[in-house]
Amino acid sequence: MLEVKCFATLGKYTPVGGKLEYRPNITVKDLLRELNIDERDVKVVFVNGVYSTFDTPLRDGDRVGIFPAIGGG
Amino acid sequence: MERLLRINTNTGESEFLDVPEEFVSLGGRALTSRIIKKEVPANAHPLGKHNKLVIAPGLLTGTPVANSGRISVGGKSPLTGGIKESNSGGTFSQKMAKLGIKAIILEDKPEKVSGSRIIYVSKDGVRLEDAPGLSGKGTYERAKMLFETYGKDVGLMLIGPAGEGLRLASSIQFTDPKGRPARAAGRGGLGAVMGSKGIGAIVIDPKGGDGVNIADLNAFKDAAKRWIEILKSHPVTSSGLPSYGTAILINIINEAGALPTKNFRYGRFDKAGEVSGEKMVEIIKNRGGVVKEGCHPGCIIQCSQAYVDEKGEYITSGFEYETIWALGPNTTIDNLDHLAMLDRLCDDLGLDTIEMGNTIAVAMDAGLLPWGDGEAAINLLKRIYNPEDYLGKIIGNGAAFAGKAFGVERVPVVKGQSLPAYDPRSVKGVGVTYATTPMGADHTAGYAVCQNILKVGGDIDPLKKQGNIEVSKNLQIATAAIDSIGFCLFVAFAVLDTEGAMDTIARLLSAKSGKEITVDQIVELGINVLKDELLFNVDAGFTKSHDRLPEFFENEPLPPHNTVWDFSVDELQQAKVL
Ligand code: SF4
Repeated sequence: MLEVKCFATLGKYTPVGGKLEYRPNITVKDLLRELNIDERDVKVVFVNGVYSTFDTPLRDGDRVGIFPAIGGG
Repeated sequence: MERLLRINTNTGESEFLDVPEEFVSLGGRALTSRIIKKEVPANAHPLGKHNKLVIAPGLLTGTPVANSGRISVGGKSPLTGGIKESNSGGTFSQKMAKLGIKAIILEDKPEKVSGSRIIYVSKDGVRLEDAPGLSGKGTYERAKMLFETYGKDVGLMLIGPAGEGLRLASSIQFTDPKGRPARAAGRGGLGAVMGSKGIGAIVIDPKGGDGVNIADLNAFKDAAKRWIEILKSHPVTSSGLPSYGTAILINIINEAGALPTKNFRYGRFDKAGEVSGEKMVEIIKNRGGVVKEGCHPGCIIQCSQAYVDEKGEYITSGFEYETIWALGPNTTIDNLDHLAMLDRLCDDLGLDTIEMGNTIAVAMDAGLLPWGDGEAAINLLKRIYNPEDYLGKIIGNGAAFAGKAFGVERVPVVKGQSLPAYDPRSVKGVGVTYATTPMGADHTAGYAVCQNILKVGGDIDPLKKQGNIEVSKNLQIATAAIDSIGFCLFVAFAVLDTEGAMDTIARLLSAKSGKEITVDQIVELGINVLKDELLFNVDAGFTKSHDRLPEFFENEPLPPHNTVWDFSVDELQQAKVL
């Protein structure tokens, strides 16, 4: 199982209950495709709180946060 | 013709003076810090007659260029004992610029302060007026009374009961375009400096002012157009900030494991979603509040909003990430209505929200009130209205003072000032800024959260030391320049990511002044501001050993990344321009 949350303008792509079935050998890129998120809309992805590229492989149980470009302060 | 306005708060005399050559090319923070460095003895008591309060619009303030209406307030800080520049929005700055006033300098203090007086500034001169009815009142009521007396078109700079009571955490509030005193020069206790001089409010009446002079109007218009394109084409300044306000950060800082929770014990708050920007916007929309508005005319980013209660009645605006974090995740209060009320109380009392959130957390650590109890926190802050209430006095003095009063060791401050909303163990770049900026713990002074977490203007690992000294140093320089120009700091998101943006700023400054100003000179301006500030602090007795985070950051690993603060004081010196 993956814990997946999308935020701000991408909020609507969060899977039901924030969970998604884990499939072996998938990367962040595959996950984005599965969620129908356009890569160009994604600025930051955290896997277990660590900034990750689209090629980062995912492991069962990972927590993934997907963000558009945001700022504040 | 620009002038300086000096007001002696003891004799009541005031004088408009020509701007000396050495100040001509300075504005905003560069000007406040230069005047403080030059005219205030570093060993002066911050609430004594030798301290001064300097108020200065930025170099481009008053021109039509977008997001240039910010104001700098400077003095020796009663909270840190060092130099302070506190920056705010509101309409005051542009109105000052319209009257051609480059800086107002409040000097001296009355032998005996009895109640608050008002300074009224118009094109015809300055009046110092008694205002017995103002004393003890909150800033919302004060603003209402002042607008009734002086008309709706004036701008207000005012303190509340906290500043009047000389509390160390007191802010100076400014009115926004809707007349609400919800914008704050919050940090460093400058409200107490104003209070010590017996000044409850400054009223600025721009009527009949000449406006600012732009030397080369065509070149200026051209560059101003490009400037709008830069802000409008970056996703953060064109979409992120206006859609969700700065509280959009709650979720991303939480995901990054760096949202200080329960007085900096954890990096994640399990109720973060309840106090996020997304949630705030949902509530505002449901209740018919205002999702986006600017803190001054000419802001095209519009990160502010009007938060309303269930009946649709206004509670607060400028409900920012730092405020929500300090009063919320840091105290584990997870109810946005309570947080909005706490923000309102801080604005009304004239208190810094970051300082108050940390102070409440320290009080919770002392067992004065339960963790997460919003109503208890509201009642605690309300005690500050009563000048006889000694617990209120302790809370109004901020986290460092309260920690000592209550015997709490866990007090997150640097140079006496409370830490903002990013745990330095897991956002090391901003930790370097907390430790080394002359301001005391301050995120705005060098916002490496950009490169560490948001990945704007670069990518530097937030959990490792590498690259974080350099990025903090460069950002501290750039920020000092932006604060001197009068730009809202949030323009930096677009500037950092846009090739040639600095050239556009140089073109704006050149066209305004009629003198060629290069990008290198802008950098030089920033470096010189920091030099003034650091030198003042050296004279005030600060050494490198003050550039230190509290011990517990070195000893306690922060979950989920289990990082500790591991920069030595000597390593940190590299982040300073001296
Ligand atoms: S972006 Fe926000 S802080 Fe900046 S000028 Fe606009 S409203 Fe004020």
